Amino acid sequence: MKIKKPKVAVFKLASCDGCQLALLDAEDELLAVAGAVDIAYFPEASRRMLKGPYDVGIVEGSITTPDAHEYIREIRKMSQILIVIGACATAGGIQALRNWKDVKEFTSIVYATPEYISTLERSMPVSSFVHVDFELRGCPINKYQLIEVINALLNKRKPNISTHSVCIECKLKGNTCITVAHGIPCLGPVTQAGCGAICPSYKRGCYGCFGPMDSPNTVSLSKHFAESGQSKYDTMLMFRGFNAYAEVFRKESDAQEK
Amino acid sequence: MKSHLKIESRQLNILFDSLKDLGYTIVGPTVREGSIVYDNIDSASGLPVGWTDEQSAAAYKLKRRGDNSYFGYNLSPYSWKRFLFPPRVKLFSAAKKGKSFKINSDSGNASVPIMSLPNYAFIGVRPCEIQAIKIQDKVFNNWQYIDTVYKNRKEKVFIVAVNCTQAGGTCFCVSMNSGPKADNGFDIALTEVIDKGGHYFIVEAGSEKGNELMSKIPHTVAGQSEIENANRLVQTTARQMNKSMDTKDIKELLYANLESRHWDDVATRCLTCANCTMVCPTCFCTTVEDVTDLTGENAERWKRWDSCFTMDFARVFGGNFRSSSRARYRQWMTHKLASWIDQFGTSGCVGCGRCITWCPVGIDITEEIEKIKEKGGKGEYFNHKDTKVTKEIKKD
Ligand code: SF4
Ligand code: SF4
Ligand code: SF4
Ligand code: SF4
Ligand code: SF4
Repeated sequence: MKIKKPKVAVFKLASCDGCQLALLDAEDELLAVAGAVDIAYFPEASRRMLKGPYDVGIVEGSITTPDAHEYIREIRKMSQILIVIGACATAGGIQALRNWKDVKEFTSIVYATPEYISTLERSMPVSSFVHVDFELRGCPINKYQLIEVINALLNKRKPNISTHSVCIECKLKGNTCITVAHGIPCLGPVTQAGCGAICPSYKRGCYGCFGPMDSPNTVSLSKHFAESGQSKYDTMLMFRGFNAYAEVFRKESDAQEK
Repeated sequence: MKSHLKIESRQLNILFDSLKDLGYTIVGPTVREGSIVYDNIDSASGLPVGWTDEQSAAAYKLKRRGDNSYFGYNLSPYSWKRFLFPPRVKLFSAAKKGKSFKINSDSGNASVPIMSLPNYAFIGVRPCEIQAIKIQDKVFNNWQYIDTVYKNRKEKVFIVAVNCTQAGGTCFCVSMNSGPKADNGFDIALTEVIDKGGHYFIVEAGSEKGNELMSKIPHTVAGQSEIENANRLVQTTARQMNKSMDTKDIKELLYANLESRHWDDVATRCLTCANCTMVCPTCFCTTVEDVTDLTGENAERWKRWDSCFTMDFARVFGGNFRSSSRARYRQWMTHKLASWIDQFGTSGCVGCGRCITWCPVGIDITEEIEKIKEKGGKGEYFNHKDTKVTKEIKKD
């Protein structure tokens, strides 16, 4: 029995393209994916642009303009299943740092004719505007996780995407904890797994690229950083990264700023 | 009475060579990434010669000792469970066959023929770790269930125990009756002595395999004073231990305090990061993940370490029966120190202190149990109304 291949579209909003590149970077697997799905719309990769509706819409990027706001509603209507990928689409991205500032001031400094610039006050995740079926975290995403989500969808099974801490990945790998052994502050305990604990494996504290894990206790971690001699300012900066506007990280960085 | 033998420290390499001759792959302590880990080593020079580890809650540091001791440290971040109970194993693979599927025989780790597994020789197993292995034996190889992944590995292992001649900063084996000296559960046990009389090991053989190995290594029968020197070192270690846990009626204490307010207090500190369960030498929980290829023609089932601190652990149809951090910390501690006794007839804790050292915020199981006792000794928080389990299910 031949099942019709699902029609997939990949859209981009405010983002750096890194997550889409992660998919293109999966060269070996991409051919298999291309064989299993019908890539109907993926401007980054192909000139073929088939009209919707699509079985699956994949969105990279955050909502920063009134146009994008319109566009995401359209995408939602066209996509039976909506998967959003990366820190921009799931939390507003690094550009959400402007949410703490006056965006008008920025446009007046950066652009010659700021009147032409139409932008929203804040950079927001897709889920603030439309219903999202699956959020894949990461800055950038892990290409194997994206393939796993597509794979699970094709085979009608649960994707193996853990929502626990990075520490578990770090421990499965057999790393010596750099926080305990070297006093390096690390966001691993409050960050969702997915990257494979890359940074701790290279003796760098986790930057929180995959956003808050499912039961993050940022207050306790910050308190421990303070007891270990880190300034509130530095702790604030740690939480104000790629996932700065993810609710738990946002609240923690605000608390540290006071 | 078991006889005590003596090996001169310069002969230690012969122990390595003899084990290799017998076909063993040697795993032992070695310095890596600023810590002493258990990894493949080839000779005595791979041991952490002259190093020690300073451990306290949420802190670990390597230090120079100023002597040439081979085993002058206490415990690595990970226990031997990594080798006997690997973090990830493939259980089997399967292929689609029409509307059904077929499990490929010999496709997973459970069915790896025992012949093709490495013969591990573990060098430097601490007494508390021997107790942990005995506990995992009861979990994985008991009267009811046999985990072949564990059993096949365990059966082949050669254990060189090393008694402790110093106590680590987070050790409390004396309380748990698991150290600092091992009485059995090893093939040979060493006690390292460095004094005016030289640098030597007092050796006890604990099995036929151990006797056989000793016949290959040049040794003498240990003198009475040498045996006493070794014993004195171990006794001093027991006295030096600055952590302890009162285990009297501990099961009853915990069962009477399931609603202690102290769990809320721990929950404000606990990150639910699961580090404690990952490093604990007895924790045995796993989860199962099924993977397919894109076509769906081939599938694999994998087992990997899990923890009662993860949210997914208690997610069942209709909700999550342990969604709060307090319930998860309570599960960990109550399982380790109380319900483990009902389940396996022994405590689930051997007092190695790893959960204290490697907790990123330094939560100390010995201190928490004291506080529970202080707060709940009279059972005053028992049946504390606003924290019913049913409420947690609703929350999720
Ligand atoms: S290094 Fe970071 S991620 Fe790894 S165990 Fe330590 S705190 Fe967790
Ligand atoms: S707990 Fe006891 S047996 Fe284990 S390392 Fe410490 S002193 Fe040795
Ligand atoms: S509970 Fe802690 S002290 Fe006890 S065996 Fe486990 S890691 Fe060691
Ligand atoms: S304490 Fe938790 S992780 Fe450890 S064995 Fe018990 S339930 Fe499993
Ligand atoms: S007790 Fe410590 S190591 Fe264990 S989950 Fe809580 S914070 Fe993590």
